[in-house]
Amino acid sequence: MDAKRREVLKTGGGVLALAAAAGIIKPGEALAQEWNKAAFDTKSVAETVKALGGGGSTPSGSVEITAPDIAENGAVVPVAVESKLPRTQAIAILIEKNPNTLSADFDIPAGTDPFVSTRVKMAETSNIYALVIADGHYFHAVKEIKVTIGGCGG
Amino acid sequence: MADPMRIRANMMGDKVEVKVLMAHEMETGLRKDASGNAIPAHFIRNVTVTHGGKTVLSAQWGTSVSRNPFLHFRFKGGKPGEKVTITWLDNKGEKRTDEAVIVVPGT
Repeated sequence: MDAKRREVLKTGGGVLALAAAAGIIKPGEALAQEWNKAAFDTKSVAETVKALGGGGSTPSGSVEITAPDIAENGAVVPVAVESKLPRTQAIAILIEKNPNTLSADFDIPAGTDPFVSTRVKMAETSNIYALVIADGHYFHAVKEIKVTIGGCGG
Repeated sequence: MADPMRIRANMMGDKVEVKVLMAHEMETGLRKDASGNAIPAHFIRNVTVTHGGKTVLSAQWGTSVSRNPFLHFRFKGGKPGEKVTITWLDNKGEKRTDEAVIVVPGT
């Protein structure tokens, strides 16, 4: 059984290498589509910060969350995050009491405003965190949003 | 095949303001159907926005981005008539790419 599995793995690897060699899969393209499963599986803010490569984060008045105080429908909660920190590289949206904490993680290249706006689902009333990586350091802002009807139930 | 994205790329001063609406169910995998079976997760994981061959925004998403995701951001360096290209890729390997021309609003 095990030998067969190895055989399959070996063959599979060969096919991938061939595809890469033939230029069907470009290594850069494969990398650009990375998805940080470990970070999206986290269940707390501290775990998420760690999974995104931080040792911790500092509260910052230069990170601003724009979102309603009360969301009647937890399925569609508008959230905008703006950072005034120089060299902002990434903005992540974390929802403390959701089944999985991390909602979205944006890479902000030079030339793009350190601002993103999207809509998220909230299971219940919770703090949301905007985590910002700027010049290699981790900062955050926090805001509580009260949810009248949860957005993750069936 | 998923429905096309609705993209607006408006020139605002020296910046391009991009607003996108994607058609996707963004199923969490935590819900159950009428007979109690779990509905499998189906959600966009990666979004990449490019302009002139350069990535101007890339994102990784989890299941808690709302159904039919909305995204709004701004970047510098675009001019009217140029294109903004957006691609999403979901957890089932489905992919969709759409583009929009940068316009000056009101013209």
